[in-house]
Amino acid sequence: MRNRIMLLLTVAFAALLAWNLKNILLGLPDEARQDAVYRILYFHAPAAMVGLTGFGVGMVFSGIYLATKNLYWDTLAASTTEVSLMFAAINLVTGSIWGRQQWGVWWAWDARLTSMLVCWLIFAGYLMLRRAIDEPDTRARLSAVVSLFGTVNAWFVYKVIEWFPRLQHPGPVLSFRTGGKIDRALETPFYWNVLALCLLAVVLVMIRMRQESLTREIDSLRRLAHA
Amino acid sequence: MSLFLRQSLTIAGKDLRAEWRTKEALNASLAFSMVILVLFSFALDPNPEMMQEFSGGLLWLVFLFAGALVLNRSFAREMQNDCLDALLASPVPPAALFIGKALANYALLMTLELVCLAEFGILFNVRWLANVGPLMIVMAVGTWALTVVGTLFSALTVNLRLREVMLPVLVYPMMVPPMMAAMILTTDLLAGTALGPGNMLWIRVLVGFDLVFTLLGVSFVDTVLVG
Repeated sequence: MRNRIMLLLTVAFAALLAWNLKNILLGLPDEARQDAVYRILYFHAPAAMVGLTGFGVGMVFSGIYLATKNLYWDTLAASTTEVSLMFAAINLVTGSIWGRQQWGVWWAWDARLTSMLVCWLIFAGYLMLRRAIDEPDTRARLSAVVSLFGTVNAWFVYKVIEWFPRLQHPGPVLSFRTGGKIDRALETPFYWNVLALCLLAVVLVMIRMRQESLTREIDSLRRLAHA
Repeated sequence: MSLFLRQSLTIAGKDLRAEWRTKEALNASLAFSMVILVLFSFALDPNPEMMQEFSGGLLWLVFLFAGALVLNRSFAREMQNDCLDALLASPVPPAALFIGKALANYALLMTLELVCLAEFGILFNVRWLANVGPLMIVMAVGTWALTVVGTLFSALTVNLRLREVMLPVLVYPMMVPPMMAAMILTTDLLAGTALGPGNMLWIRVLVGFDLVFTLLGVSFVDTVLVG
């Protein structure tokens, strides 16, 4: 049943992405000042949304683990954080490419991109910590605390860097932030791409969960063989 | 005096007495800070204009790097003869243990920072006595941020194989918001700008960070140390 849901979500993601790519690359006109490169926004911002939401969701799963001590929630938290880290990396790389084209440098220490880099480092530390602990219960307990601290800290980072005198990131463009300054034809594909990346995130988390459960099975078989 | 405070002060007194007898963390971190300060003089041209712009940042980097040595020893010291187990088995609650350790680390870090500040003033010709009062306030609030996060992560990493590496990997990204605030404030104060409406925001960031992470540390140290 789970495999069937995964397959269905993968097909839905692939179809939606193909349709989005057709609309974004062929359907939309170039932007007056930025030319074609503005289309990177359709992946850059959704990746940040999915990544940051994923860190928050990972924290919730970590909290549930601490409350229930059920390792399933720890695995779910780790998988979600790992996938979110990948989306954060997509955000960083696409932002850097856009910066190179628009500002002439790969990295301008722009406030938003820097805050994402700091979040990336915090959660990369979370994954490194998991690798450094062998005992599953200790690993789950300690990494849950790091996830909690990391997410609270990510909020601080997000706000504080906004106040730092180095904000050169383009301002918000979506209508729910600006009150409808963007053309609907430009905005609609953005939301479809958010949905596509969300589907991808769910599929990847499901794959990671399956890998983890297989790893646990292999470990228990190994222990049985050595007993 | 409440029991909790008495227990915390007993732990802090024990740690400070142990450090006073061996001076291992303080000596190592003082020597290390001296080396960093000397290396800075080669990495940067320490002319007065440059020092005015970077002094706060350089100073806090020294505090951060040298502070990691003190924080690393905080719980690692208790590993010999299973002292940590004995402390946890004693009637002292983990929260009081955490606050006690944090107070001892705070005293050590403040001592280290005052020596570094004097060294820094002499080596780089920075006049810090002009704004010494506000500078002490910034150092006191900024150091508590480093202490509280560092002490909790010192407890979290104490049993890890890669303890010495994992502590800075986890703590440094978490320290971005308070360090950014402390660096801006220190640079302002060393350049002769007094605390005022222009930089009060950063004091609020430091105090907010201190409060939130002290609360989190006290709440989760039990999970970290006991489970």
